Amino acid sequence: MQEVTRATAASRFALASAIVLVMVLAAAPYWGSTASLRLLGEIMVYLALASLWNLLAGFTGLVSIGQQAYVGFGGYMLFTICISLGWNPLYAIPIAALVAAPISALVAVLVFRLNGAYFAIGTWVVAEVFRLGFAQMSSLGGGSGLSLPITVMREMASTKAEREALIYWAALLLGTGSITIVYLLLRSRIGLALTAIRDSEVASSSLGVSITRVKLLVYVAVAAATAMVGALVFMQKLRIAPNAAFSVTDWTAFVIFMVVIGGIGTIEGPIIGTLLYFVLRQFLADFGSIYLIVLGGLAILVMMVAPQGIWGFVANRWGLSLFPVGYRVKLQAMPAYNNGKENEYVGRNQAHRDVAAARRNR
Amino acid sequence: MDWVNGIVQGVLVGGLFALFATGLSLIFGVMRIVNIAHGDMIIACAYLAFTIIQLSGLHPLVSLLIVIPIASLVGYLLQTAILNRTLGKDILPPLLVTFGLSIIVQNGLLEVYSADSRRLAAGPIETGSFPLARGIDIGYLPLLTFLTAVVVVAGLQFVFYRTEIGRSFRAVSDDPETSQLMGLDNRKVYGLAMALCLAVVAIAGVFLATRSNFDPFMGPSRLIFGFEAVIIGGLGNLWGTLVGGVILGVAQAIGAQIDPGWQLLAGHIAFLVILAIRPEGLFPRGAR
Repeated sequence: MQEVTRATAASRFALASAIVLVMVLAAAPYWGSTASLRLLGEIMVYLALASLWNLLAGFTGLVSIGQQAYVGFGGYMLFTICISLGWNPLYAIPIAALVAAPISALVAVLVFRLNGAYFAIGTWVVAEVFRLGFAQMSSLGGGSGLSLPITVMREMASTKAEREALIYWAALLLGTGSITIVYLLLRSRIGLALTAIRDSEVASSSLGVSITRVKLLVYVAVAAATAMVGALVFMQKLRIAPNAAFSVTDWTAFVIFMVVIGGIGTIEGPIIGTLLYFVLRQFLADFGSIYLIVLGGLAILVMMVAPQGIWGFVANRWGLSLFPVGYRVKLQAMPAYNNGKENEYVGRNQAHRDVAAARRNR
Repeated sequence: MDWVNGIVQGVLVGGLFALFATGLSLIFGVMRIVNIAHGDMIIACAYLAFTIIQLSGLHPLVSLLIVIPIASLVGYLLQTAILNRTLGKDILPPLLVTFGLSIIVQNGLLEVYSADSRRLAAGPIETGSFPLARGIDIGYLPLLTFLTAVVVVAGLQFVFYRTEIGRSFRAVSDDPETSQLMGLDNRKVYGLAMALCLAVVAIAGVFLATRSNFDPFMGPSRLIFGFEAVIIGGLGNLWGTLVGGVILGVAQAIGAQIDPGWQLLAGHIAFLVILAIRPEGLFPRGAR
């Protein structure tokens, strides 16, 4: 007798607390100050960026250091839509995704020609092309950038408090939405394919997994979602210029450090890394470049000592999984062998077990 | 004539790009890693030369006699103490560790030297030039940079194919396990490759610093130029890398002739076009 399950007591508890937490956060405009609302909004932005980059690099093996291309692109889409069409800025968020998707597919055709390590720099070149290209567009302020006129912001809501709340809710939706989508995606067939590709490209392609298609799909989806985050970020900032929009430090370096320190290739890691980043920032932000040196040093240390990051360390040690994406096979008691205890095989990282379990479960 | 002059100058700048690129190509060739901090190391060497010159009053080109050994030693230690531990099937650890290193070097330089841009004064050769034809003047320094690039490429080619250490570089690159069985200490070989790479990086840094202003955040774009030259020229081919650098330099020069804002963009576009029509580069190793 056996039973295949994904949930654990810890994951059920995590899901319940997550729902409560999101409800409390959704009510933040009623209990929080403007300053705390902005901080929470910023945390949500980085939560989204970290989860998305983790999906790309940690689960799909596409180590991009050019995601700032889509953050900046989303930001410029916001300004284009608001200023030339005069629409409600919030509409720009989904539109940014719709426009970024085909563009990222074109980019992918080029950068996918570069192998793993060179892919990273290739994506960076593309981000540079975006930055230099937007700096040439005088209608969008050229190199010095432009501000979002208040008349456009009034399209969203008439009072400042209402606008702050709306922007915050959009951030909350993108932050929690990114984590949820990554989680659901990894539990789907695509997640199974990704795990299989990570374990062995040769074996998975011989079993009929279309590696390029899966990678392309993830790349485009992440680019589209990143553009949505970008549109939101510059709605918070109200001002855009090429160097800020396509900043490798702000939109990629910080994000990479968060994910690596928290635990790359786990869903929980980026969340922990983001929170740690904001805690550390409270103490070290005044030191500017020292803060970056500390973060970089921490990331290198983690990569060398515990490449699975903080969460990977915790999960391995206590077998914990708050967002289970694998399957667990519970073998019913065979007293002679294990004294009546449940024997669990945790199928993390092991595609063949996952596949076998999924088949049995059908 | 402006155009011809621009292109000639572009060819000469290409030598500098090739200097950025050869170190990158060497490291990738031997241990299959891409050093994201490569550009920042070039800038760090420029600052090292700056400090040495301030202390000793040496000419920048003479300061290389001190900068090269220090850089090589740092490279060897960096490889054996840190980067060797990240090598393996997974490309992620070396990429992320060198990325972290890049941010550390940039901000470390900012802390020590501030954000002011600097330059190494090279005396008369800096501004001196001779006329090649009417309207085309060849500067001594750009010419020297280009010739140095040619010598460096030829030298590396010699080391790789004619010396014992070059043989071990190729051996660990082709088959790390077997080379170990044959008595090579791979970790040491990797360390020596990084030391050689940093020697080239030091030369690149000093020539860059005599030619133009530099500041702590110039590294990433030097990495990108070098990378583009490598891909345009074709992976694993050092002479191809030199041609790649020249193509990039000419593309930037043509862009600059159209509009100063198009200088960098034109270089990137040339790279993307090559990637689109000939992703293996112009002279890949297999075709040699």
